[in-house]
Amino acid sequence: MNGFNVKFGFRDNFLDNLQPVDFLYHTRVSTNGCCATINALGLKHKELNDLLRETVLQGSTELVINNVFGQRYIGTRLFLPPEANKLHIEVNKFPGNDLGAFLNGHQIIVHGNAQDGVGNTMNSGEIIVHGRAGDVTAMSMRGGKIFIRDNVGYRTAIHMKEYREKVPVLVVGGTAQDFLGEYMAGGIVLLLGLNLRQGEPHRASYIGTGMHGGVIYLRGCLAEHQLGKEVGVFPPDDRDKANIDRYVREYCNHFGGNPDQILNERFQKLVPVSLRPYGQIYAY
Amino acid sequence: MLVQKYYESERFVPDKEMDACGLFGVMHTGGVRFGGRMAIDAIKNMKVRGSGLGGGFAIYGLYPKYKDYYALHIIYQNKNLAAKKIVETFLKKHFYVVFDEEIPTNPDIRLFAPPLAWRYFVAPQKSGVEEDVPDDEYVISKVMYLNSEIEDAYVFSSGKDAGVFKGVGFPEEIADYFMLEQLYEGYIWTVHSRFPTNTPGWWGGAHPLSILDWTVVHNGEISSYGANRRFLEMHNYYCTLHTDTEVLAYAVDLLMRRQGLPIEVVAKIFAPPMWEAIRYMSDDDIELYTALRMTYAPLLMNGPFTVIVAHHNEMIGLTDRIRLRPITAGARGELVFLSSEEAAIHAVCPDLELAWTPPGGEPVVVRLHTKDHLRSLNKSI
Repeated sequence: MNGFNVKFGFRDNFLDNLQPVDFLYHTRVSTNGCCATINALGLKHKELNDLLRETVLQGSTELVINNVFGQRYIGTRLFLPPEANKLHIEVNKFPGNDLGAFLNGHQIIVHGNAQDGVGNTMNSGEIIVHGRAGDVTAMSMRGGKIFIRDNVGYRTAIHMKEYREKVPVLVVGGTAQDFLGEYMAGGIVLLLGLNLRQGEPHRASYIGTGMHGGVIYLRGCLAEHQLGKEVGVFPPDDRDKANIDRYVREYCNHFGGNPDQILNERFQKLVPVSLRPYGQIYAY
Repeated sequence: MLVQKYYESERFVPDKEMDACGLFGVMHTGGVRFGGRMAIDAIKNMKVRGSGLGGGFAIYGLYPKYKDYYALHIIYQNKNLAAKKIVETFLKKHFYVVFDEEIPTNPDIRLFAPPLAWRYFVAPQKSGVEEDVPDDEYVISKVMYLNSEIEDAYVFSSGKDAGVFKGVGFPEEIADYFMLEQLYEGYIWTVHSRFPTNTPGWWGGAHPLSILDWTVVHNGEISSYGANRRFLEMHNYYCTLHTDTEVLAYAVDLLMRRQGLPIEVVAKIFAPPMWEAIRYMSDDDIELYTALRMTYAPLLMNGPFTVIVAHHNEMIGLTDRIRLRPITAGARGELVFLSSEEAAIHAVCPDLELAWTPPGGEPVVVRLHTKDHLRSLNKSI
């Protein structure tokens, strides 16, 4: 076909030429009590995550990571014994994909925009993004809270789930692009639309396509055709109102703003009308 | 490392690590030419998106000295000198070759089976019935002939004042190999780190794919390749590079150059709105989008894709209509960026003024001496 009937081996762009973690710890980290400042400039994502783990094992609980430019999986490999202190991690400025994937109890604060896959399959803890987030935010999230100050991209909260007392929460200050809450199976999503003009509808179409659990609270307006077939719109009841009240106040604690003014607007509740929307297709 | 034994099929990719392609494009809307540092650093920043099986650059404003001539970058597989001889005889017959040379390479950079790369600056030499054929058409027909009829010779690019440098390796290695940073300047740079989509990693299959001065870099997989290819064959475009993205380059040439459609319309042909969405449009739009979908159904690009299309004076970023692949745009002053990841833009431009993500199917059009790229801002997040 091309003159070469050969393949050549896959080259590992994650593990080639990694700097040893001891070396990185001595050159990249400055500690002050339980606080550590890490310079991530130019590090590969494996180096940075190794370094984070090492820093934590050395006893730091307050981490500030500077010069982050697209390193992935920050916060992922920090599983600690249950009795250990939870970490407080500040990220400056631009974390890569899958920020806080599988996050287990820690708090991550991002001073900048996040990319795709924030809180992927997150278990517990908190992610607070002072900016916007990309696609598939809160994908498969199963616990904890995510607060995004501005907008989010496509397929936010796709397949978010809940089990008994573990109910994940996502609060978005702006609007979302299409497929919000796709295949959502549990959890709570709050979409505040704070940056929309009066009467401007939300951006997302196909909201809640395939949704079969959980709830989306939506502030601002929406045309009917923006909804997926599997969701119905209802006014919030007292329990919903208590939820909305609580998380709007938390949002304002993080990012400022007047909660009463936000709560004054009309909220709508979107819930699935069927528990098994595709039961007919896949049942055998 | 070469492994020669157990691969039964060339289309079988072993140990497939699921990376995604990385795309990056930068343009100076004032037309000022600059070096490759930003493009190289940005794609290096997204190294995890590549696989070392392909990378390439397209540069515009590349050969100001020869800007009136078509610059043919031709590679000879296996350094096949017999093919070179055939090609050069062909070129002499159909073109005036004003200058030609081997594309300089750095011998210290070791890459997989590098071919011989040569560039020719040519002007059409038409005769007989071909005298009335427009130059562009003439060049395309000759490029198609070379690609499809001459074994081991492939035309990488054929535009005026523009060129494509690509091959097997990480993009920064390709840049070092062709010494892009030291030797070249341009006002548009697009770059791609490639994971081969169902195709072998080989020099011709790397992105950018190009025809005349149109280049395409692509992240994703065009599952409508067969339908698109057959449609393009009816218009005398023949796909020879064994990779899905090729159809996009030819489709862009057909629609934009030959048929003169603006990119805003072409975007809606590649990534048309759903019938469901058309139903809620104004009457005029219903008529327009219905007509487009019906006329150009075989050019609908199905499957996930993000592309950066470039030609003289324009760089365009576009995703599929449900954005299964990412894109982010950024701007600072007259520099406009398109990238798979926002962090890569910030990494090369710390004082970025604007960053935005358009919805699926909505093109970001960067034009020389305009602010057209800001048009997508209102619809974006």
